Amino acid sequence: MDCVVTGGNVKVLAKAIHSLSRIGDELYVEPQEDGLALRSVNSSRSAYACFLFAPLFFSRYTIPSGHTFRCKIAIKSVQAVFRSLATLEKTVEKCHIELDEQKNHLTFTLHCKHGLMKTHNLSFQDSESLQAVFDKDSYANVFRSHPRLLVDTVVHFPPSLEEVTVSVSDERMWVRNHVEEEADQSKAMLTELCLASDEFDHFAVQAHNSVTFCLKELRGLLVFAESTGLPISMYFDEPGSPIVLSVTDSVLEGNFVLATLSDDHNHRKNNTKRLVDKLKCTLPPPPPDDFMNDDIDAYLIAMDTSIAPGPSATCLSTPPVADSICSKQSAAANHRTRLHSEEEEEEEEEEYETADSGRPPNKKFCSLFFGSVLSPSSQMTTQPVTSQEVLASDSEDDVQ
Amino acid sequence: MPLSTQSQADDEQYVLVASLDNARNLSNILKAIAFKDHAIFSATPNGLKVTVEDSKCLQANAFIQAEIFQEFTIREDSVGFQVNLTVLLDCLNIFGGSTAPGVSTALRMCYKGYGYPLTLFLEEGGVVTVCKINTQEPEEPVDFEFCSTNVTNKVILQSESLKEAFSELDMTSEVLQITMSPSQPYFRFVVKNLKLLSTFGNSGNAHYDYPKDSDMMELFRCDKTQTNRYKMSLLKPSTKALALSCKVSVRTDSRGFLSLQYLVRNDDGQICFVEYFCCPDEEVEE
Repeated sequence: MDCVVTGGNVKVLAKAIHSLSRIGDELYVEPQEDGLALRSVNSSRSAYACFLFAPLFFSRYTIPSGHTFRCKIAIKSVQAVFRSLATLEKTVEKCHIELDEQKNHLTFTLHCKHGLMKTHNLSFQDSESLQAVFDKDSYANVFRSHPRLLVDTVVHFPPSLEEVTVSVSDERMWVRNHVEEEADQSKAMLTELCLASDEFDHFAVQAHNSVTFCLKELRGLLVFAESTGLPISMYFDEPGSPIVLSVTDSVLEGNFVLATLSDDHNHRKNNTKRLVDKLKCTLPPPPPDDFMNDDIDAYLIAMDTSIAPGPSATCLSTPPVADSICSKQSAAANHRTRLHSEEEEEEEEEEYETADSGRPPNKKFCSLFFGSVLSPSSQMTTQPVTSQEVLASDSEDDVQ
Repeated sequence: MPLSTQSQADDEQYVLVASLDNARNLSNILKAIAFKDHAIFSATPNGLKVTVEDSKCLQANAFIQAEIFQEFTIREDSVGFQVNLTVLLDCLNIFGGSTAPGVSTALRMCYKGYGYPLTLFLEEGGVVTVCKINTQEPEEPVDFEFCSTNVTNKVILQSESLKEAFSELDMTSEVLQITMSPSQPYFRFVVKNLKLLSTFGNSGNAHYDYPKDSDMMELFRCDKTQTNRYKMSLLKPSTKALALSCKVSVRTDSRGFLSLQYLVRNDDGQICFVEYFCCPDEEVEE
C-alpha cells in the first residue's frame, strides 16, 4: 500500500482521524478499490464511524494487489502523527502512507518545509473487517443541514450529557436530554430545543418517531463537519434502529452510526409514563410563538411518541445474521451508558467486551451491528454468520 | 529615578553592582535555565554567568555580558555565590511582570560579598521594592570537559524547525536518540514510543530527519556517524531555552556528550547565550 496526501487534504485526513478517536481506541484501516476506509467502533459496539477517502483524495493511491489488507492500529499512535493541526497546515507539504508487511508497520511520513521529514512507523495488528449493518437510504426520516445548526443545538447540553432524544413531527424536530427514570427528579434538569423544518436544507419525515442515542460519540463528527463546512445528513427510523449522520463531498464520505434506545418491555414503559405524567404537571405549556403554533396536545403527543411501544426487542430491519448479535436477551454487554444497565437488576452483570469479541449488546440498545464480514482468510472472528445473502443486503460506505 | 539616589558611600561597600533598566532582560533568560531551585552565580568583569545543575548529568549556563547591563561594576576578579533561583525570579517579577509596552521594572542588583545577602532594588512606576535574598557558599559546577577540540559533530540550525520537533516529541518516551552523520540521515532525532499502549506492545517509533542542505541549516560539520541516547527528562528543561532562542548549535564530542548552545535575543535586541550540557545515556555505535 502506498498513498500520498498533499496540501490541505493532510489536514482533512488528520481531522477525520481525530474525530474517529472520539468513538474508539483503535483505528481500522482498510485500503479498498473504492478508496481508503478508516473505521472505528466503541467497546460496546453501540457507536461506529467510517470515513472513506476516494482515490481522488490522494495524489497517489496504490493498494496491495492480490490480497485484501486490513489492520488496526492504536488510534493514539496515529493521532500523534497529526498532533498539531495548526502546524500541519503551516508546514506539512505532503503525507506519505506506506505499508511494510514484513515488519507489521504502517509508515506515515510527513514531508515538511525546509526539508524536514517526520517519519512514524506504527505497529499494526491484523484484524477482521469492521462493517456496520445499516441501510440509511431505507430510513423513514432524512434531514440535512449546515453543521452550524447542530453545533449550536448541541452546545446547549452539558458536555457530560450522555444521551439525547430527538423527536420529529412533519414540521419540527425536538432535541432534549434524556433523563433516567430513577434519576432524582428534583435534581434533573431538562433541556429541550425545537428546530423548525425551514432551518434545515432538507427535512423529510415519514414517521413521527423519537430516538434516543448517545451524544458524546457524535461530537467528533460535529467538529469535523464544522471545520470542513460540509453539510450533515441525518437518517433515522424507529427507536432501536440506528441513527446515521453523514458528511459527503466528492472525495470523501463519513458515516457515524449510533445505536438508539429501543422501547421494549412494559416495566420500562410504565416508568417512562410516570415521568411524562410528572412532566405534564411541572412543565408549563410552551408559549405560543412563530414556530410553536401547535397547541399543547401536539406537545404532549411528541412526549408520548417516545414512550409508545416500539418494535419488539429483537433487532428490527436488520438481517438475521444480526440475531446472533443482538437478539439474545439474557446476556448484557457493557454499555457506555451504564445507567441503563443498572436499572435492570434482573440482567446479568455487565462485562467488558474485548476488542474482538462480539458480545450481544445491552438489550436496550439492541440495534446495530455487526455482521463481521468474513473473508476467506479471516481470523479471530467470533460471530457466526448464517448466510452470505443476508450480508449482501447491506448498503454502506457508498462513495458517490 | 529613585534608584540613582543611592549615595556613593553605599556603593563602595558592594563588590558587585549590576543595573538594568528592564529587569526582563535578566529574568527571561534565567527562566530558560530555572529547572532547579538553586543557581550558582559567577561574575567577572566580562559579565554574569548563572549555572544550574541536575544530578551531575545536566548543566545549564546563562551568559549575560557586562555590555547588556546599564551599569556593571565589579571590584574583584571573580565574585561567586549561590542563591535560590525561584525566589530570585519571584522578586524580579514582583511587580506582576506586566508586558505592556513602555512599562518595565528597573533593577539594581548589589552584593557586598561573602556571607552577605543579594540585595535587589526594583522600581516600577515610582514604587521601589527592596529584596534581600540569602546567599550560600557556591558549589563548584561540574566540569563536563567539553572542549571544542574534541567536538566530532556540529550543526547550527535556526531554532524554528527544532522548536516544532521538540514540541511534538512524545514526552512519555524515556529516551531521545540523536544521530549525526556525514551521510544519510545527516541529523536525526528518534523517539521510540515503547510505552504507548500495552495491548500493542511496541507501538512503533518515530524519527525526525533534517537534511544537511535544508535552508534551516546554517552550518553542518559532521566528521563521523554518531548515535547517542539521552534521557528525555534531562533534555526537557532545554526546551524553554529553545523557545526563547533564534538559533541553536548542537555539538557532540567523542564521548557522546551533548552541548546545546542557544542564541537568545532580549527585549532590546541584545544577544545572550544559554548553554546546556548533557551526558549520554549509553553509547550506541552504529
